[in-house]
Amino acid sequence: MINNSVALHRPFRDRSFGLVRKFLAINWLFVLCVCLLAGVGYTALYSAAGGASQPYANSQLYRFLTALLMMLVIAMVDIRIIARLSWVSYAIGVVLLLVVMKFGHTGLGAKRWMTLGGVEIQPSELMKLFLTLALASYFCRASHERVGNILFLLPAVAVVLLPVALILKEPNLGTAVITALIGASVMYGAGVRWWKFAIVVVVIAVAAPVLYHHLHDYQRARIITFLNPGSDPLGAGYNIIQSKIALGSGGFSGQGYLHGTQNQLNFLPEKQTDFVFTIIAEEFGFIGSMAVLALLFSIVGIALYTALRCQHQFGRLVALGIGANFFLYCFVNLSMVMGLIPVGGVPLPLISYGGSALTAVMLGFGVLMSVHVHRDVEFAAKDF
Amino acid sequence: MKRDTRDRAGFTRRALLVGTAQLGIFAAIGVKLYKLQVQQHSQYAMMAQANSISERLVAPERGLITDRFGTVLAGNQQHWRALFMQALAPDPQAVLDNFTKLVALSPDEQARIAGDLADRPGYIPVLLKDYLDWPDMAAIEVNTPDLPGVIVEVGASRVYPFGPALAHAVGYVARPTPREAKTDTVLALPGMRVGRTGTEAEQDEELRGAPGFVQTETNVHGEVVREVAHDPGTPGQTVALAIDAGLQNLAVQRLGQDAGAVVVLDANSGEILAMASNPAFDPALFDKGVPAATWESLMKDERDPLQNKAISGLFAPGSTFKPTVALAAMKAGVLTPDTILTCNGSLTLGDHIFWCDNHVAHGSINVTTALQVSCDVFFYQVALMVGIDKIAEMATTMGLGTDLGVDLPNAAAGLVPTHDWARARGIYWAEGSTVVQGIGQGYTQLTPLALATMIARIASGVAVGPHITRRIGGVLQSGADPDDWLPLDVDDRHLAVIRNALFEVVNTPAGTAYASRLTLPGVQMAGKTGTAQVHDNTAAEKQKNFNDMTMPWADRPNALFVGFAPYDSPRYAIAVVIEHGNFGAQSAAPIARDLMTYAIQHDPAGRDVPLTPPPAPPAAPAGDVSANQPPGLSLQ
Repeated sequence: MINNSVALHRPFRDRSFGLVRKFLAINWLFVLCVCLLAGVGYTALYSAAGGASQPYANSQLYRFLTALLMMLVIAMVDIRIIARLSWVSYAIGVVLLLVVMKFGHTGLGAKRWMTLGGVEIQPSELMKLFLTLALASYFCRASHERVGNILFLLPAVAVVLLPVALILKEPNLGTAVITALIGASVMYGAGVRWWKFAIVVVVIAVAAPVLYHHLHDYQRARIITFLNPGSDPLGAGYNIIQSKIALGSGGFSGQGYLHGTQNQLNFLPEKQTDFVFTIIAEEFGFIGSMAVLALLFSIVGIALYTALRCQHQFGRLVALGIGANFFLYCFVNLSMVMGLIPVGGVPLPLISYGGSALTAVMLGFGVLMSVHVHRDVEFAAKDF
Repeated sequence: MKRDTRDRAGFTRRALLVGTAQLGIFAAIGVKLYKLQVQQHSQYAMMAQANSISERLVAPERGLITDRFGTVLAGNQQHWRALFMQALAPDPQAVLDNFTKLVALSPDEQARIAGDLADRPGYIPVLLKDYLDWPDMAAIEVNTPDLPGVIVEVGASRVYPFGPALAHAVGYVARPTPREAKTDTVLALPGMRVGRTGTEAEQDEELRGAPGFVQTETNVHGEVVREVAHDPGTPGQTVALAIDAGLQNLAVQRLGQDAGAVVVLDANSGEILAMASNPAFDPALFDKGVPAATWESLMKDERDPLQNKAISGLFAPGSTFKPTVALAAMKAGVLTPDTILTCNGSLTLGDHIFWCDNHVAHGSINVTTALQVSCDVFFYQVALMVGIDKIAEMATTMGLGTDLGVDLPNAAAGLVPTHDWARARGIYWAEGSTVVQGIGQGYTQLTPLALATMIARIASGVAVGPHITRRIGGVLQSGADPDDWLPLDVDDRHLAVIRNALFEVVNTPAGTAYASRLTLPGVQMAGKTGTAQVHDNTAAEKQKNFNDMTMPWADRPNALFVGFAPYDSPRYAIAVVIEHGNFGAQSAAPIARDLMTYAIQHDPAGRDVPLTPPPAPPAAPAGDVSANQPPGLSLQ
């Protein structure tokens, strides 16, 4: 059976695997789905500007095309090179987080942006990918027994908690939780028992209210802003109410493109970023939101498929982590838009306006495609 | 390799679990979206509507007032004005400050705006500035982003093409008082006016109409994005008066500088064809708000321009009262057409001498001659014979000293005294008072309208009531037709005697108004002059003539004339009162002649140009079978 698979997929033991073949080996269905989502984003941003390609849609399109090119280039970089750079990237990510904490500029109530060579980047977005790589690197050669060993797990937990703590300090609860969950996903994929996660969850659940109770008022207020960064000027819950009205008024088939009153009349602040989904839902209705949901899930599904098809543990864990990252983005953003969770600051990947999240996600997709292209390579000891 | 296989199997299991969880969560999101978007759609759709659509009431256009031929007497003129919707402004005070920087507002205006803003709910716009000029408009338009909630719109102001000529009959409008605006929110709308006098006040409800609304789509900043719906409301109804503008203009022109009043009635229906009161004022002043100085001067003028003398000016009728006295005496049986009484130039009662006009002795005369030459002594004696109660009774029948129910506000009933009236007021009724009652002096106070009604009733033998409104919204009002009125409760033969005597007054050389007879072929006017003392003359004055041009203006007697024409088949009745105009024959009768001539030549009575009434909703065709089918049943 293994021989069969070897026969079908010629193992490339060296780097002579031709660029053209690598290019053709990219999962083009995945690329199509990504492009379709970017198209949805263009449509929504065109509408957000009141039916104009300026100021959002076109500039986002150029960013996407740049990011797409970057993704295709990374897809052809040997996964083993990427694996070798895992810890370096992790270190760079941590340094960037520290830099942004010290020098970054404040946006929407939190310090999370920095400018690097004219490009605004959010280190926390990059960190999620770098953490995935680092954890995959840590776990990919560990035996089942070692993974079961608490002492082996503790450094991994530290690797996760360091960036999570730094992101919390920004403060950006949403991304911190997502980062922690990505770490958990990779560790779970690596074989860590579920009850170990359960213990952590229970400890946090028990500790949180007790801690909260012992806090001073100003500290609690800080936590509330922490939960809801960029607290809205028009009163608590304004965004959520307007967002739900936008979703609900869309109905089954929508109010028609460029005819959503909530969107066109600016009832939603910053609708082109975090609340971009409401534009689709209001103007294209339930049908439109289901189509977008299906496209989003197809990305998650293909990432999972890539993980399952990969012959090496590193690729599997990386693909799982990148899929989890994308999934969590979607889940947190959609839940926020529907008013299910009070967290802000998480865009809808590929659709929301903004370069930093897009770049980070496309970087991850490049790595994912690299896993796909290099699913059959064999790792040597020197690769780690 | 073996380890790798085991790892891979474990990973596959775990990855599929993760994938399943992810799919499950996506499905849950889908279900939640279904609930929000499909199941709760109508609820959220309503909220979205409430979010974006703001509604504001707009003042309806006030109805027109026209004369009987459709000439506009009160119309509307468009102008630009700035309104402010508080509900649309996040910070109303900041907007007001910005507005004041652009458009100059007087301290009075600022105080009014502050009061209005405090009083009115947010959906009622508040007037910032009326009659915007181009620089103001431009300043506002350019600075729209700084003025959320400020709306520039077309407003209507009331215009009166005839100005003072119809100021009293048509009346005027003014802004509602804050108190009125509080009791009726419609009145709080900018541009709403309330009729204060004349027809504007009397028909205010008909003229007002019902407010409309403008629905605008606004964004979260209160900026109007577009107009969704515009309902202009129901404009007020057109009120067509019985007035003939031509006749009215002539009446005003003939009054000239004299203070006084003229009323021309359709003798058969009581319609007021002309009603002038001099001096008058510009009714348009009140629409914009009268300047204090103008108001003061209007109030101080001794000739009382604001009062409609035709319906609320009270004058002693003088000799124009004599026909009523004669009718009362004939009804009581103390006077017949053949009764002869003697005039020696005066009547002595106790120690008081009552002079005849000009101290002239008329000799032995009957009632016809007494009216023709306007003998006072004859009527002194008649008054003593019949008594004031019977005179008052006949006066009421003739429409004198009684509420005529005219459709104009502030009409005075006037007074014809009775013994009961005197007793109630503790007045000692001397016989001398009865004597002067015979010639329409003393306590008797009547309006020109009442006098016109009296002469119209004598002319037509119908108990017509004076009224000015002919059609509302094109619908003819009751009273326009002579059959709408009851016959007069007076013996026709008595009326014939009086009509004949009044004919003699105008058309015989001995008659007091012979100089003012009509010059139209085959048409004669009948009438009665009157010269009423307004001043308790001194003994010296009584020795002379009481109507002397040497007296101060305010002490001179009022000149009166009542008349009707044509004599054969009366159509028009007229009453003219010239304040302090000395002789009725001299100043009042010529005006009556000219107006009568115009009326007979143009003959407006019974004619008009009706407004086309709005089409009735189409009725179901009678022969249509389906119209009789119960609903839900279809014909196959």
